[in-house]
Amino acid sequence: MTMAVSQPLVLLIEDEPQMRRFLRAALDDGQYHLVEAATAREGLAQAASRNPDIILLDLGLPDGDGLDLTRRIREWSTRPIIVLSARGMEADKVAALDAGADDYLTKPFGVGELLARMRVALRHATLAASGKEESEFVEGDLRVDLARRQVFVRSEEVHLTPLEYRLLQTLVHHAGKVVTHRHLLKEVWGINSIGQNHYLRVYMTQLRHKLEADPTHPRLLLTEPGVGYRLKVSG
Amino acid sequence: MSDRRPDPDLLLAQVRDAEARVKRGKLKVFFGANPGVGKTFAMLEEARVKRAEGMDVVVGIVETHRRVETEALLTGLEILPRRPVEYRGITLHEFDLDAALARHPAVLLVDELAHTNAPDSRHTRRWQDVEELLDAGISVYSTLNVQHLESLNDVVAQITGIQVRETVPDAVFDAADEVELADLTPDDLLRRLEQGKVYFPEQAERAREEFFRKGNLIALRELALRRVAERVDAQMRGYMREQGIREIWPAGDRLLVSIGPNPASARLIRAGHRMASRLDCEWVVVYVENPAISLSSADREALVENLRVAEELEARVATLQGRDTADEILAYAREHNVTRIIVGKPTHPRWRDKVRGSLLDKLVRGSGDVDVYVISGEVEGDVPRRPPSPSRVSPLKEYLWAALVVTLCSLAGWAAFRHFTVTDIAMIYLLGTVVVSSRSGRGPALAAVFVSIALFDFFFVPPYLTFAVSDLQFVSTFGVMLVISLVISGLTVRVREQAGFARERESRTAALYAMSRELTTARDRSQLVDVVRRQIGASFGAAVQLLLPDEAGSLAPPEGQAPTYSLDDRERGVAQWVFQRDQSAGLGTDTLPAAKALYLPLRASGHLVGVLGVMPSDPRRFQGPAQRQLLEAFADQVALALERMTLERQTQQSQVEIEAERLRTALLSSLSHDLRTPLAGITGSATSLLQDRSMRDEVRRDLLQTIVEEAQRMNRLIGNLLDMIRVETQTLVVQKEWQPLEEPIGVALIRLDDRLQGREVQVQLPPDLPLVPLDGLLIEEVLINLLENAVKYTPAGSPITISARVDNQTIVVDVADRGPGLPPGEEARIFDKFYRSVGAPPGGGVGLGLTICRGIVQAHGGRIWAENRPGGGAVFRFTLPIEGTPPTLPPREAVAETV
Repeated sequence: MTMAVSQPLVLLIEDEPQMRRFLRAALDDGQYHLVEAATAREGLAQAASRNPDIILLDLGLPDGDGLDLTRRIREWSTRPIIVLSARGMEADKVAALDAGADDYLTKPFGVGELLARMRVALRHATLAASGKEESEFVEGDLRVDLARRQVFVRSEEVHLTPLEYRLLQTLVHHAGKVVTHRHLLKEVWGINSIGQNHYLRVYMTQLRHKLEADPTHPRLLLTEPGVGYRLKVSG
Repeated sequence: MSDRRPDPDLLLAQVRDAEARVKRGKLKVFFGANPGVGKTFAMLEEARVKRAEGMDVVVGIVETHRRVETEALLTGLEILPRRPVEYRGITLHEFDLDAALARHPAVLLVDELAHTNAPDSRHTRRWQDVEELLDAGISVYSTLNVQHLESLNDVVAQITGIQVRETVPDAVFDAADEVELADLTPDDLLRRLEQGKVYFPEQAERAREEFFRKGNLIALRELALRRVAERVDAQMRGYMREQGIREIWPAGDRLLVSIGPNPASARLIRAGHRMASRLDCEWVVVYVENPAISLSSADREALVENLRVAEELEARVATLQGRDTADEILAYAREHNVTRIIVGKPTHPRWRDKVRGSLLDKLVRGSGDVDVYVISGEVEGDVPRRPPSPSRVSPLKEYLWAALVVTLCSLAGWAAFRHFTVTDIAMIYLLGTVVVSSRSGRGPALAAVFVSIALFDFFFVPPYLTFAVSDLQFVSTFGVMLVISLVISGLTVRVREQAGFARERESRTAALYAMSRELTTARDRSQLVDVVRRQIGASFGAAVQLLLPDEAGSLAPPEGQAPTYSLDDRERGVAQWVFQRDQSAGLGTDTLPAAKALYLPLRASGHLVGVLGVMPSDPRRFQGPAQRQLLEAFADQVALALERMTLERQTQQSQVEIEAERLRTALLSSLSHDLRTPLAGITGSATSLLQDRSMRDEVRRDLLQTIVEEAQRMNRLIGNLLDMIRVETQTLVVQKEWQPLEEPIGVALIRLDDRLQGREVQVQLPPDLPLVPLDGLLIEEVLINLLENAVKYTPAGSPITISARVDNQTIVVDVADRGPGLPPGEEARIFDKFYRSVGAPPGGGVGLGLTICRGIVQAHGGRIWAENRPGGGAVFRFTLPIEGTPPTLPPREAVAETV
């Protein structure tokens, strides 16, 4: 079993000093090690030289396009990237996610949410690095046996159609992280179906009806408005 | 010492006058009694002096008549080139007004003020050209002979025996800034004449000898001197007025001059003008139109000319209608407090007076305390040159009808012969003639009378069946019958004619009233144009064109309106001139009379709002001043209506601005409060934390929690404001995707999870609810706002229900609660900006939430409203249209085993 990196190194690329101040307070506390950069150029340099375990990237940098930076980092690194952006800039977030970012946060956000997403991202990264796949996913009333392709809700088996299962599977694969519409469509329906968001919605509705206790009040299959979907994980 | 305060109205007029004068050019008239006294010479001398002083003096037009000394004075002065004009095969060289305006010198020399311009000139008369030059700010020197003055025209004619046709209105002369009299004693003048230094038109060679008799020269010189003295007198009186000195007690007189269509009435008018000037009072010229008499076109022209002269001499003009001139005049005089009446001396034979009644007699007898002045004129102003002709030729039908009646009477008489006396039979015939008179014209009535008498005599008067009369008393019977019939016939004809007048007058007034009524209700410009065209067109038998100015001030027909008659450049030019000069021009006026139509300025509250062009199908219709006055009355109405519309538009705009201003103020005060309040909480909590190091943990947590909550509140507020701005400025972009309604509901519920704690939220959606095209983020906003509202305004723990159904091609979504419900009558107002209900909890937001919902829903093409629920509580309902074809759903798969 691979150990999670102790005191992971966090690279924060953020130009606003107030943001850096509070993030410093939140992160530089023994659990994480923080390195800061205030511009895109600086951030790129730090990413290359310090090889952080996770990168927090503000999309509103003065000297560069956060999206561009994401792509460039992705050219040589698979390290998780979480993008920070203001509300209403959904298109930017989607673009960044499709370009390789792992998750996003909408300003203003609380520290709890940030830490939760960071944990998820790091866990996925560790898992991927170790090469191991988890064969089972459990969350709340839901249990997914990936090896046998069986789904249980409150210990009762639920029958899913092949596409429904594939959809669930993709979400489980990225459990806890947001998955864009585009990615889901590509994974489940194929590259030609990109843009047919309604497919997704219909299927998500179906999944909710099958898996959620109250389909209109979902606890597991969460909609990220304007961006995609997320399978919730606790902790 | 002043014994009376100056009349404020007069002073105001004087001040205005003075102001206008400053901008206007100054007119200096070189005045003389006769040709040859040296006016042009004096003018040129003065011009040279001024030129030497450095003033910009240009010669507009100067007639030297080839006199060497005069021509010598022209050297060195800039002379404006003349305008060549083709007229009847010869080329005239006329004064070029436009070139003069373009050149715009300080002083322009324009000889012979009374000259008549060539036909295609802008104005008919040179003095009008001079007026335009003065208005443009160019000073003018000009020359004038005494016989060219309007008011003195006939006096001079009397003296010299020559009637000069070209006249200049006295107003122009009186308004001149300086008048210099070029005076020469008659002896000196005669000497010059012998020396050949005096110009006289060749045609008048013979007349010249007549003219230059010494007696004439003396008389004319005296006239000229007197006239100039009058001017000085007027100036002095003006001065005295300013200073408040009054020598003559104002009589408060009012003068009435009664005229007819003959040119001799012009004398009366001028006499009236002289008297009015001496008395310094108002005067009015009255013409009584007699409908029984139709004027020949020559008469009508003469009448128009007289009235024009009256207007030029600044009289008020009134046209009355009636059969009896004396009655009409006296009635008018009483109504308008006339103190003196001027009429001409009668010249017709006396028997006419006996038969028709003398106008003079009636006037004098009925005048009461009004003075009547009888002025010698060639012809009395009442009788036209031709004998009156009946205005109606009675049709054949009426004669037949008369014959029928008479026959009936005869038969009746025959039937009654045995039983009644002869007198009764006479009465039957009398009845018959009365009946005929009451319905027919003069002719048939007379015929009926004579035939009745004849038949009566033949059949019913012994000896029977002859026309002889045995008893002479029957002659008197015949006579009485005749008289009665004539009287009744006369009466009825008159009554009918009066009725005809009254109808005509009424129809004119009715037309004016109808148009003015329609104008008040006209809502927009195109309606107004329509009304104007219809009404004026119908009343005057003309094509009507409204011309309105654009921002640059150039006139054009209102947008979207095709011109009713062809508006070529010439017509537009005329209209533009009218607009600039605030004066009528075109057909039937003195200015640009060759135009196709008459153009009237539309004046409202002292400024021009446009020009009205009227092209009659019969050009002669505009000759009568009554028509002109009526047309002007119409034009005034139109101007008022146009102005009203402009003002209405401005008022609406003002109201919109006021409303916008109000909202801005409300927004600012609201923002100020609502942003500062959470900030106060944050600042307070944070500083407390900083200050107190020994704070207990719970307290610390409490304060920190406050900070978080207040910050979230501010975030919400800012979000609302941004949405509001997007909705208001219509930059809200709605990106619709086909979605199941569950998605936005789900998101909204999750977002509000904390605040919905402890409440039961039921979501009731039919299972077959189709996909709806909507913008997920925006509809989430709507749902969040509605849910928040429900939370705020209902007691904790009360349930909230979200439901939806399909209705036709729309989906209807309800968010319902069991709270206190909406205050009755407020259901619509709650969606207004910044509206906060009375029972709002403090810190309950700025009142924009529902407005934003409305903006978003409307941007989707839907509606939103609120109602009270039966059983208590409120329900907020919005609709979203299901438009377009839903996308093809992914193919249904078989629910296969997953393994």
